[in-house]
Amino acid sequence: MDAIFLQILNGLDKGSAYALIALGLTLIFGTLGVVNFAHGALFMLGAFCAVTLNGILSLSFTTIDDSRTDFLGNPLRVETPYVESWFGPEIGAAIIQWSVPLSILFAIPVMVLVGLIMERGLIKHFYRRPHADQILVTFGLAIVLQEIIKYFFGANPIPTPAPPSFAGSFDFGVWLGFSPGSIIYPYWRMVYFAFAIGIIGAVFAFLRYTTFGMVVRAGMADRETVGFLGINIDRRFTIMFAIAAVVAGLAGVMYAPINSPNYHMGMDFLVLSFVVVVVGGMGSLAGAVLAGFLLGILESFASMAQVVALFPGINQIVIYLVAIIVLLTRPRGLMGRKGVMED
Amino acid sequence: MLGLNKKDTTLLIIVVIMTMFAPFILNPFPETSQLAQFNAGYPDLMQRFVIFGIFAIGFNILFGLTGYLSFGHAAFLGVGSYAGVWMMKLLTMNVIPAILMSMIVAGLFSILVGYISLRRSGIYFSILTLAFAQMSFSLAYSVLTPITNGETGLQLALDDPRILGVSQVAGSIPPASLFGLAMRDSYEMTLGGWAFTFNVGYYLCAVVMIVAFYIAIRIFRSPFGLMLKAVKSNQQRLNYTGVNSKPYTFAAFVISGMYAGLAGGLMVAMDPLAGAERMQWTASGEVVLMTILGGAGTLFGPVLGAGFIKYFENIFSKINDTILHQWFAALPDGIEDTLVFLIHPFIGKGWHLTLGIVFMLVVIFLPGGIMEGIRRIVDLFKRRSPKDEVSGGAVPSAKAAE
Repeated sequence: MDAIFLQILNGLDKGSAYALIALGLTLIFGTLGVVNFAHGALFMLGAFCAVTLNGILSLSFTTIDDSRTDFLGNPLRVETPYVESWFGPEIGAAIIQWSVPLSILFAIPVMVLVGLIMERGLIKHFYRRPHADQILVTFGLAIVLQEIIKYFFGANPIPTPAPPSFAGSFDFGVWLGFSPGSIIYPYWRMVYFAFAIGIIGAVFAFLRYTTFGMVVRAGMADRETVGFLGINIDRRFTIMFAIAAVVAGLAGVMYAPINSPNYHMGMDFLVLSFVVVVVGGMGSLAGAVLAGFLLGILESFASMAQVVALFPGINQIVIYLVAIIVLLTRPRGLMGRKGVMED
Repeated sequence: MLGLNKKDTTLLIIVVIMTMFAPFILNPFPETSQLAQFNAGYPDLMQRFVIFGIFAIGFNILFGLTGYLSFGHAAFLGVGSYAGVWMMKLLTMNVIPAILMSMIVAGLFSILVGYISLRRSGIYFSILTLAFAQMSFSLAYSVLTPITNGETGLQLALDDPRILGVSQVAGSIPPASLFGLAMRDSYEMTLGGWAFTFNVGYYLCAVVMIVAFYIAIRIFRSPFGLMLKAVKSNQQRLNYTGVNSKPYTFAAFVISGMYAGLAGGLMVAMDPLAGAERMQWTASGEVVLMTILGGAGTLFGPVLGAGFIKYFENIFSKINDTILHQWFAALPDGIEDTLVFLIHPFIGKGWHLTLGIVFMLVVIFLPGGIMEGIRRIVDLFKRRSPKDEVSGGAVPSAKAAE
């Protein structure tokens, strides 16, 4: 029982990332009708926003402290981050430690800008081209973004720690009445899950309860009619693209402490997120979120020792296997609408 | 000739000449000149040109003709490689059984994958093929280790049985050969400042590629090929006329899977080892890049694209800052440094960036790939408005088929 609970928890954080990326993919697909292969790259850009801000905040100057010496006997060089000298050592250190949550504020404008440039500069010209062309051009863009990041940050993963307040783990075992230590779960992953739920809730509420969201939903259902009513639907869709980019970016920012960002993390997630979107049903926002969490949990169940002993290798392929079964038995996915991508 | 019309015969002859004289054509610069680093006429690279050419020709039969975008084609190449190495381990170091077995196994595997994937079309088909390829990749790394040797990759060993041949010669593994002609044998020819290498393995690959290319021409020009083009242009209409298009796409899928297997088998024949990374989806993406870059749906485009990418992968990535400084040495120091600084991200390890940018530009501005570019230039010289001819990806082939 406790093992099952543990696997559900373990699946949640990966599932959150899948759900957030798949949500953005579906938003873009539902509004613009474009299959965005560069969405994983946006996720990666978000993670590197956190890396960048961490680097900027940690910028420091060197002073020579004559009163102390290093092991060679020379005067000790002391590195002091600028923020510490500006705000005092305690607040400065706290700012550096909290760089990942702070990166959210940094990432939002960056991702909005990236999203707008991408949509206006490139994707706009691909509305009327075949899906294959859209896949190919965004695939090319993903390679370019990935290589740019690799050029500036190198190929190695860059550890980006979470604030120390969230270090350590929470013992669910005690809390739920199992033996202590049987279910321990890092605090930051709980934060990530809560954050993902918050973002997903915000996107849904935005679409459901604002006039803007209503217009966008109307546009998703029938773009032409909304256009006839004198509404500039293209501009709203562009904004939705920027929002989708922000969602992916924030998912990346908060994911940075869980897995050290590297330049190909986006592609790794993208392939799985596409599978998630297809399982959830192309064009269904709720389906994307549901499938994201389901597949995340399923993946973690499949990596249980007992399951692997029964079906060797199942942990590697379970998501693809599910995708194949779903596509063949329920061609529209779990919650897909009729008439989406059925050429 | 050989059942081809005049235009196709010319094309085939051009390909024959280009592949047969490749050691000369690809080595235009004397050994001692500064430009010698742009020579591509060494066996390893030439073999890769033709092997990936075969791979891309096969991919083009599926994607170029039917429009089904497979994102998992590298799986067939990988499976073929494994089959090839196993033939060399168990049977003989002769390359013929290895290559044949690669094709057969890849064909069988593509029957399985195709049967399931082709139930859906569009992006769903892409995702399904991607899922199969990723599954094969993960399994090759984990559970199938007894067959694939996991991360190390499958290699030959001294104590392999090789029941039809000898298992070892003088304490070492015998080289892959074709009835005694070792694949790695080369004949060096020096002509003045030039050095040309004629490699047995390359010529085997080249002959196989010419045959593969010939078969591709025949498929393009056959009623079967026309049917595939009909699938691409409007599958719905085709179905309404009462044609069941599935057997045609299925056949195209299996044929292109066998081409991929053939490429995998040749890879093994040249260098007897196989690893799972050949099946990763980036490898599948690479063949997509090659085909699009060269021109999907054209006969010669994919070969051109494969050559282009492999050439730049090997040559572009070798250029470094020192070489750049040599080139721009004539310029004033400030300009020289600025130029080197500007070009630096795009060369050496950054060649993927260049590839990505070139690929995007091609998809945006030249959907027909290099072949369309060539045709536009030719049209320009013929002083005709290019609009008379441009009407989709497969123009030259469609015209010739009439």
